[in-house]
Amino acid sequence: MKTLLKTTATAMALALAANAASAEGKLVIYHWFEYIPQELLDKFSAEHGVEVVMDTYDSNESLLASLKAGAIGTYDVAVPGDYMVSIMAGEGMLDTIADGELANSGNIAPEWADPSFDPGRKHSIPYQWGSTSFSVNRDVYSGDINTTDILFNPPSELAGKINMLDSQGEVLAMASLHMGMPQCSNDREQLKALNAMLQEAKGNWASFNSDTAKEVLVSGDAAVGQIYDGFGAKAREEGANVEYAFPQQGYVVWMDNVVLLKDAPNRANALKFMDFLLEPENIAAVSNYARYGAGVSGVSEHLDPALATLPEANPPADAGAGVFIEVCNEETQAVYDTIWTNLKK
Amino acid sequence: MAAGAASGGSAKSDTYADARTWLLLPAWAVLGIFILTPVLMMLVYSFLTKEFRGGVIWELSFAAYDQFFCSRGLFGDEPCTVEWTYINIFWRSIWQAGAATLLSLVIGFPTAYFIATRPESVRPVWVFLITIPYWVNLLIRTVSMKFMLRDQGPLNDFLISTGLIDSPIHIVNTNFAVQLGLFYSYLPFMVLPIYASVERYNFNLSEAAADLYASKMTTLRRILLPAVKPGVIAGCILVFVPSLGSFLAPDLLGGAKNFMIGSLIEEQFKGNAGNWPFGAAASMILLSMVLVILMIFARQQAKAEKGAG
Repeated sequence: MKTLLKTTATAMALALAANAASAEGKLVIYHWFEYIPQELLDKFSAEHGVEVVMDTYDSNESLLASLKAGAIGTYDVAVPGDYMVSIMAGEGMLDTIADGELANSGNIAPEWADPSFDPGRKHSIPYQWGSTSFSVNRDVYSGDINTTDILFNPPSELAGKINMLDSQGEVLAMASLHMGMPQCSNDREQLKALNAMLQEAKGNWASFNSDTAKEVLVSGDAAVGQIYDGFGAKAREEGANVEYAFPQQGYVVWMDNVVLLKDAPNRANALKFMDFLLEPENIAAVSNYARYGAGVSGVSEHLDPALATLPEANPPADAGAGVFIEVCNEETQAVYDTIWTNLKK
Repeated sequence: MAAGAASGGSAKSDTYADARTWLLLPAWAVLGIFILTPVLMMLVYSFLTKEFRGGVIWELSFAAYDQFFCSRGLFGDEPCTVEWTYINIFWRSIWQAGAATLLSLVIGFPTAYFIATRPESVRPVWVFLITIPYWVNLLIRTVSMKFMLRDQGPLNDFLISTGLIDSPIHIVNTNFAVQLGLFYSYLPFMVLPIYASVERYNFNLSEAAADLYASKMTTLRRILLPAVKPGVIAGCILVFVPSLGSFLAPDLLGGAKNFMIGSLIEEQFKGNAGNWPFGAAASMILLSMVLVILMIFARQQAKAEKGAG
């Protein structure tokens, strides 16, 4: 019996040691689906002798939910959007990057070096940025599309053929722009008007879908689709005759960021990975794949030349302002939740 | 079966009883860890205070149930009136799941009967064919269903080419599409239990009924159906219950324009709402509803058996 115990203990110790050894060469990423080319991960693996493991999520909110449910300490880095970076920092889920820990931090483009959602870039580096607006099928409608009326008060050709993103933040931010009211307004009359306007607009919408936002445009199931600019570009490149709109009332701008998670099991490798993504050549590979902007200086020579003239990434001079989605306080968020439930009840 | 072993009463069966306690331990452990604990956790969470953006604060609160049954206006400060929103969502889900179950029964019963009346050697082939589509992931099957049904899809193309219709029928993003999706997702759960019942059915009984001048309908209604009723009930439960909580078909085929129970609960955990106690409360209400339905079935079954005996 004693021998058996001893053997078991030794085996366990060995297994633990083996685990620790492999953990030295590991990096666990929590990332959006279809957002990084496999070749780039392979390149990082080869350059640093690190085994890369990746899990994926499909929305900022599901990232937050799964970290809240106990996944902190499992992952080294994640890629939340702008507003989610400030939420996660507020929840204490992010580790601080000390000065000098990132050799390439000087590569961050000056306009993204001190963003409102992470002042001083204490927890994050830029990953990709772009906009959320909508694309319109030009075979169906040939009039002016640079107005939010297309979504919320559509011309008859487009009524009943609109796909909205299934995301409260994107829909309510766009609706606030349409109404010309500040986001997260706590003015009761404004909130009532927002609720009433959305109830009315819903009658013209065919569906709420984020995962297939691009496919419904390509297949022709929807003539208008609220969409991220890169997805809009892909839809066009896949043969849909769609044009991406930059409404006069404004549109949503977003930036996804690589953050260092609290209790990262492989913190050193996470920093190596962040430095790796700050190399212009590497982050350009992501842009070429995902069709979004990079937020790093010196990428232009590595970019696919088509990206420089991409209509989805180059707003016309008379476009409205791009705005980030704001983080509402608890009281306003409760009203937003009710408006969203009303919309889908 | 447990009763049979225990009623032996000899010393030998005591040994068996002793061994049985130990042998059942893994089963009890699995039930406890994977079924009882999560349900208890949900029950506890539904009575906790919600934390902003997901999570719970460990303080007793009835807010989740209040939200379910009480409407307090856009700003949550009006006196309580009956909240129809969630009741309607539940009612819609029951209705959709019920329609899908009925559809499965109408298609599944003749299918099962057909398979069970084939020669014994080819039956496994038919059963095998029924299960083949289910080797493919549910998400992929639901998406393919959408491609089939959409305005420019093969179904509409075919109907237009035959001249039956002039312009495409809009099926995608309707309630009917959701029912079709649910029906397609869970059809084998209807076919297989009915098949198992019909296969055990003694067809001499049908012949005897025919000899006694019973019409085919009468034979079906008074001889076959009562004999295979357990299979039919099992099939209906196996289709109805998962349909009730499903969210893939409503989201992809229904356009996610109206919450079903499954998507409402998902939104509380994965969406902006981040209201875990409310999600837990809605799950508990769903669970109690399903339990009540199953108990009604079980009681009727017991009554019917008593009547028959």
